Amino acid sequence: MGLLFIEQCLNGLQFGLLLFLLAAGLTLVFGIMDLVNLAHGSLYMLGAYFAATFAALTDSFLLGVVLGLAATLVVGMAVEVVAMRRLYGRDHLDHVLGTFGLILFFNELVRLIWGPAGMSLIPPAWLNRSIEILPGVPYSAYRLSIIVVSLAVALLLYMLVMRTRIGMLIRAGASNREMVGALGVNINLLYTLVFGIGATLAGLAGIMQAQIQTAYVGMGESVLIVALVVIIIGGIGSIRGALVASIFVGLIDTVGRAFLPDMLKLVLSPAAASTAGPALSSMLIYILMVAVLVLRPGGLFPAASR
Amino acid sequence: MTEPLLKIQGLCKRFGGVVATDDITLDIPEGELHAVIGPNGAGKTTLVSQLAGELTPDAGRILLGGTDVTSMPVWRRSLLGTARSFQITSLFPEFTARDNVALAAQAHAGHSFHFWKDARRETALRDTAHAALSRVGMGDRADVRVSRLSHGEHRQIEIAMALATRPRLLLLDEPMAGLGSSEAAGMLALLRALKRQYTIVLIEHDMEAVFALADRISVLVYGRVIATGAPEAIRANTQVREAYLGENSVAGAGDA
Amino acid sequence: MRFSFTARNLLIAAVIVLLALLPVYTAFSGSAFILTLFTRILILALAATSLNLIMGYGGMVSFGHAAYLGIGGYMVGILAFEGISSGFLQWPLAILVSALFALVIGALSLRTRGVYFIMITLALAQMVYYAGVSLSRYGADDGLTINRRSQFAGLIDLSNRTVFYYLCLALLLGTVYLVWRLINSRFGLVIRGAKSNERRMRSIGFPTYRYRLVCFVVAGAICGLAGALLANFTNFISPAMMHWTRSGDLIVMVVLGGMGSVFGPTVGAVALLVLEETLPFLIGKLGFPLFGESAARAAEYWQIVLGPMLLAIALFARGGIVGLLTRTGRD
Repeated sequence: MGLLFIEQCLNGLQFGLLLFLLAAGLTLVFGIMDLVNLAHGSLYMLGAYFAATFAALTDSFLLGVVLGLAATLVVGMAVEVVAMRRLYGRDHLDHVLGTFGLILFFNELVRLIWGPAGMSLIPPAWLNRSIEILPGVPYSAYRLSIIVVSLAVALLLYMLVMRTRIGMLIRAGASNREMVGALGVNINLLYTLVFGIGATLAGLAGIMQAQIQTAYVGMGESVLIVALVVIIIGGIGSIRGALVASIFVGLIDTVGRAFLPDMLKLVLSPAAASTAGPALSSMLIYILMVAVLVLRPGGLFPAASR
Repeated sequence: MTEPLLKIQGLCKRFGGVVATDDITLDIPEGELHAVIGPNGAGKTTLVSQLAGELTPDAGRILLGGTDVTSMPVWRRSLLGTARSFQITSLFPEFTARDNVALAAQAHAGHSFHFWKDARRETALRDTAHAALSRVGMGDRADVRVSRLSHGEHRQIEIAMALATRPRLLLLDEPMAGLGSSEAAGMLALLRALKRQYTIVLIEHDMEAVFALADRISVLVYGRVIATGAPEAIRANTQVREAYLGENSVAGAGDA
Repeated sequence: MRFSFTARNLLIAAVIVLLALLPVYTAFSGSAFILTLFTRILILALAATSLNLIMGYGGMVSFGHAAYLGIGGYMVGILAFEGISSGFLQWPLAILVSALFALVIGALSLRTRGVYFIMITLALAQMVYYAGVSLSRYGADDGLTINRRSQFAGLIDLSNRTVFYYLCLALLLGTVYLVWRLINSRFGLVIRGAKSNERRMRSIGFPTYRYRLVCFVVAGAICGLAGALLANFTNFISPAMMHWTRSGDLIVMVVLGGMGSVFGPTVGAVALLVLEETLPFLIGKLGFPLFGESAARAAEYWQIVLGPMLLAIALFARGGIVGLLTRTGRD
């Protein structure tokens, strides 16, 4: 039980950090361009398909990942220039409708190009094994790599946002759009760049997820809703909020799924518990979000201007 | 002596480190036109927002006709007779002028859980609206959509909406802001006509208008009332001259 | 409002007449498919009409409206499964329980604004969805077949396709009329005023929260009725009825037809579902001379066309179809 618990906590952390990669881009785009991007999950999906394709073509896992990320960056920036740019400053309803349309488009596009079957990205041998992280506690090297990579990305993102000129503009843009424009910065370019970064992070998340499961059409949708929950809990526009909320949500979701059914068996009949358990644990994060919003309508780390 | 209509006692409001309202105490008797003046950022609008109920003070009390309204929501204070016009025009642009004002009347004519009858055919509401619009000189523009009306007309509708709620206390936040000179003259005449009928708290930058209209004036600087009194007394007050008005503008106001 | 021959009114009149005459056509042609398709359209139009009430008139963008479709459907399905097939009991209960859920969901979510409102309605609807998944007695994920449609003591026979169709049409038209009365009533003006400028509404003396909440509940109740119809129509309930993409579809119908127009959602539902049926066919036919066999293959992927269409609507056609016609009608 103890070992299982540690493992589940690590899985929760890993899932949470994966969510963070998605949520970071989402919350940046949300906070700076005030854009609700439901199609963020499509970039997650594309990242996975691109990497799997390039890995198969080049016969190299790492090359596949790098090329996959580059391709996602390009697609993300193209989507921004073609579609998203025109949605800034519009009603949130327009965002929902327009990006809902993009989801349909990308799902069908992927089905058309890669077929309905899904695609797997096979991790190389050095990732496809267990590492003894504590004496007597083996853990998947692959999942561990997700934790390490995500933490590194979080740190990089933090440095980018807090320590660089672009980051300064991003932060300024999140709290005061007009001011950044008044500084004579090329807003369009900044937005394209931010969107591209967000897309790449989403793609990276998709690539890492594709090795746990396969890449499939619509893989981005359910995880997108969870990522939306994350940024709402964290407070729209707040990277720090997204990180805290991601880890929270990841842990609660994973640990809940692992242990709630057993806990329910203490109070319910086994049959009832085995069906109610998974459903109830699926609900946990939504319950968390509702609770946060009722108590703090702006999320845990509300951005100053909202 | 009769109880003042509006009693403000020790009102305080802070935003982070900034003190926007600093221990304000004021009594405003029924029928008085009380002007609040002060430099930009003195906390005038913050004060009005607390009187209207959009902001809750950190400390102090607000009494309207002897009722403590300090923690009442905006809409309840409106039902008790506080009406506010906004500094930045705040109307329902897709409705006509008459619809806008009738809506204000509707709020004070029983509840609105009527789901079937056409509200635009309720003659009582329409008549009240028309009377209020006529009062502000907008009777012939009643059926024009607000989005097609001019800024000056918007200011007039703001006042008409306040009047349609049959208020006891009018909070007017810069009613002359952005008006041309002839429009401003019209608004001045209107305010003069409303004086005595309503108790009015007026925020205004137009000193000429303020000194012409006000019974008493309070000068607000950094959230604090530095002087309250009749226009002549304020004009003569050295503290006010130093802190805010400056010799020239006082002289200017004196010439008016 | 007096009737005038604008393009908008002509379109609406044409849609009503065509809908009323449709069973006559299908009786002659013997094509049951069209009648089935349009019954589904009418039911979803009813759901979209209820969404339009809160979204188009009240400014409350609910991204979880399909939840009530599911709740209404589940009430019918569950009662039928438990041996209660009287529609006189099933339908009022479907409406009532949907209204109760809307009351709770609305009471929580109306404390938030803007994007937070969109997301909290989505999250609460997801919870209802997972609640449906957890109902193992009623089929959990796989859903539940309804063996017997609602019984109305022999007065209305839902197993008759034409009767069912006309019942749906009558309920839809009745609801549209109801919404039209509602939005012009005192209550409706408060709702619309709150959409336009809620701060001002409060300052002139309206406790807006309670009016918005009642509006939210009314919309949930109507959508619950649509759910009861849908369950009877498909003879089946499952959590898929309240999947979040279904909520997205309802939003699409409302916006496509024209927000804030009482008939917009009906026009939108007809347009979207007819498009769904005809797009694959059109892509195949139009593309064949150009692309040959690959066009036929592309026809399967018709959403590749629908998606960008939705984006275009979001970008260029705020008033939807009805809005476009109103604009041309005014010129």
